[in-house]
Amino acid sequence: MRYGMAIDTRKCVGCSDCVVACQTENNVPVGFCRDWVVEVVDGTYPNVSIELRSERCNHCANSPCVRCCPTGASHFEEGGIVLVEHNKCIGCGACIEACPYDARYSHPDGYVDKCTFCIHRVREGNDPACVSVCPTSCIYFGDLDDQNSKIVNVLKNRKFKSLAPEAGTKPQIFYLV
Amino acid sequence: MMRTRRDFIKICSLGLGATVLTGGAVQWVAGASAPKTDLKNFRGVRRVPTYCEVCFWKCAGWSYVTENGQIQKIIGNADDPQCNGRLCPRGTGGVGMFTDPDRLKTPLIRITKNGEQTYRTATWDEALDYIATKMKAIAEKHGPESMALFNHGSSGKYFTHLLNAFGSNNVAAPSFAQCRGPRDTGFELTFGESVSSPEVTDIRDTRCLVLIGSHIGENMHNGQVQEMSEAIDRGAVIITVDPRLSTAASKSKYWLPIKPSTDLALLLAWIHVLIYDELYNKEYVDKYAEGFNELKEHVKNYTPEWAYGITTLKPELVRQTAREMANAAPSAIIHPGRHTSWYGDDVQRSRAIAILNALLGTWGNRGGIFFKEGIKIPDFPHPAYPKPAWSWQDTLKGRYPFAKEAVTNTIIEASIPAEGNEHVIKGWIVSGTNLIVSIPLKEQLMKAMQSLDLLVVVDTMPMEITGYADVVLPECTYLERHDDLRATAHREPTIALRMPAVEPMYETKPAWWISKQIGERLGLGAYYNYKDFKEVLDWQLKQAGTSLSEMEKIGLKKFERKTPVYILPGSDYKFKTASGKIQLYSHELEAAGFDPMPKLTLHPQPEEGFYRLIYGRAPMHTFSRTANNRNLVALMPENSVWINPQVAELWGLKKDQYVFLKNQAGVVSNFSVKVRITERIRWDSVYIVHGFGHHHKPLTYAFGRGVNDTELISDVKIDPIMGGTGMRGNFVTFIKDAAKKEAKS
Repeated sequence: MRYGMAIDTRKCVGCSDCVVACQTENNVPVGFCRDWVVEVVDGTYPNVSIELRSERCNHCANSPCVRCCPTGASHFEEGGIVLVEHNKCIGCGACIEACPYDARYSHPDGYVDKCTFCIHRVREGNDPACVSVCPTSCIYFGDLDDQNSKIVNVLKNRKFKSLAPEAGTKPQIFYLV
Repeated sequence: MMRTRRDFIKICSLGLGATVLTGGAVQWVAGASAPKTDLKNFRGVRRVPTYCEVCFWKCAGWSYVTENGQIQKIIGNADDPQCNGRLCPRGTGGVGMFTDPDRLKTPLIRITKNGEQTYRTATWDEALDYIATKMKAIAEKHGPESMALFNHGSSGKYFTHLLNAFGSNNVAAPSFAQCRGPRDTGFELTFGESVSSPEVTDIRDTRCLVLIGSHIGENMHNGQVQEMSEAIDRGAVIITVDPRLSTAASKSKYWLPIKPSTDLALLLAWIHVLIYDELYNKEYVDKYAEGFNELKEHVKNYTPEWAYGITTLKPELVRQTAREMANAAPSAIIHPGRHTSWYGDDVQRSRAIAILNALLGTWGNRGGIFFKEGIKIPDFPHPAYPKPAWSWQDTLKGRYPFAKEAVTNTIIEASIPAEGNEHVIKGWIVSGTNLIVSIPLKEQLMKAMQSLDLLVVVDTMPMEITGYADVVLPECTYLERHDDLRATAHREPTIALRMPAVEPMYETKPAWWISKQIGERLGLGAYYNYKDFKEVLDWQLKQAGTSLSEMEKIGLKKFERKTPVYILPGSDYKFKTASGKIQLYSHELEAAGFDPMPKLTLHPQPEEGFYRLIYGRAPMHTFSRTANNRNLVALMPENSVWINPQVAELWGLKKDQYVFLKNQAGVVSNFSVKVRITERIRWDSVYIVHGFGHHHKPLTYAFGRGVNDTELISDVKIDPIMGGTGMRGNFVTFIKDAAKKEAKS
């Protein structure tokens, strides 16, 4: 089992509902977020294009954050989900420096926090909050090892990319283009 | 109380102070100060049905309430076809309305203390007695008709009922003359009915969606956004006409970067191509429409080549897009839009959109415009309303013959005493609309407010309008109250229930209660024959074949449709016009002295150094009401002014620099605004998101962030057909130096 996410940039309208839903689901303090939306504008008027995409921790298979964590707080859970165990975290910030996606932040309570793929929801058979709220249904979540899953199906049928592949982190989030 | 002048009072200066709701250094997004690391504690232990009040789409959802009585989150109701279990960011962040530390907390009454006007906190009895006494005095002196209501949202109904029972039907909403009025009028004149709300556009199943200045995805009309996404998945052709590369435009196969104010020329050229290239739906037009020959003659010279010089759109692009529409027809939608009060000839532009739809045969066909069906919820029994001696129609004074709803501006005008103004309005109730930001023509508005004997504002937040009130009544938020049923007419008839997730905070009260209390004080108790609104809901739900206890469990109920969604093959459909046919040529308009078919009006263009002010929406904000919502502001704390890089270079403007905006009449914005340099906007226009630039300090977060477009809209072109206020004819320039601004303002 290997959890992953595919995000359809052709459908995303950049509304940031994923951000708000994550904040209320996970009680993220005001001013911080575990996911965010990026808008990339290319070209000159009137030959312009926009790519909108919702970004978060890539739950990399080769995670620099897990490797560099001195206390073992950053670790893999089932399905390759990268988690931070708050009680073990000393807030040193090495993982924040190591992450090429800037996906982590220092929580005011002294530990490092980031996207959990809503593991508490996934364990109950639900989608992560950002997936289940998305008005355009542009986020697909599932098991990349399951050939019958919707996510594998969209990845088979669409062109996709991942972010900063040159970092060699093997991200588990894919952007349909 | 002596009052020659209505001073603007800042509510926070009263020593009420803002109570910080959530303690500690960390402010939480949810209403909880629950333990932070144990995820189990964040699960809602019970869910309570509601429907959203952050915008007019009113998606049904569930409030999740924790054991210690905190609203943790709001999730869409999966059965609701308006949201399919997916609320938009504003709905998801709706709990921020409830937790906002700046909320109105107690009733306030205007007093004069040491020669200065201020508010004092009042008990509900004092405030309500005051209002009733004033209303009685107005009725005695001028008649009950001299009370008017401005409203938006769910609470408006209770005050409409109050005024109707009192003897006035002067009830207006900015949603008509400042928003969808021109569209509704244009479609009514053509098809005999409007596209309603939520719109009856079959985007889900369409093969071609044409958007003209409609920016679905930035306007977060949930059901439409979801359906547009489905249409993208199905490979529908999207054509977007916009001077700005909107989000929708970026998803489109064709983006037509039109010169602003020339939309009608493009529409006429499309009509020309459809007719003269014989691409229109002949069978449909022959069967259902009248006036085709007149239309054909009318658009003879409106070729794409003629339009080229006006719109700057290449003729081949116009022909190509017309062919795309025709290929998809009747599964095509020329979207009617929503906010359509742009240039003062907006009914005619909407008529052209309606005519295009007619030529393609979209109305009544799958993937076009479908027939809605809803459930009729009867009113709770009450005595008949008295007949007013005069009504809002009299304030039109013969103007705007096709206004089917009250025009805010004529009600405002009637509130200013003047010679020949025999229907004078002396008292206002304002519920759920911040007139200061929603109504252009500020001078008239200010003058009217100064002339009133009574101004009552009912709101949850200290919006700008509250500073002008004699009495401010704090309403509880939608998460703390029962409300009228949401009965939606759409593909499927549905009803949704709203019930309180928690008890009202502070001294706030639901609007139904406020209306009943005022009504009883006016001797209108017979119109409020219930103790609790739950009785009304239960009675109404039983008439509809369900009950309050059932609805409390399910939140939303669907009913079976009894009529067809589309025109059945072989059936003879009658449109709701007088003749039963679609009016390509409008005899109604002609009889009233207007053009029976749309003609192009050329609108003024900006002078050198000025740029057309285009405004619109952001998906995480609604009007001006969410700019203080802490759950949403982090996503967009302020608006920015979008400027084309060429223009920025000309002015030497840098990214994120702050500038003031000054319009063609010399009006300078209250605050400065951040510069966003982007290729997404034309060089003859600038764009800002509406709803920012609050100047009321009690809105502690929103105060001073961004600019308010409404204050820069001083040139308003009124649509003579229905009174819509065209607001896109204003031009702005930049003031880079704050010191210069001070000198000029």
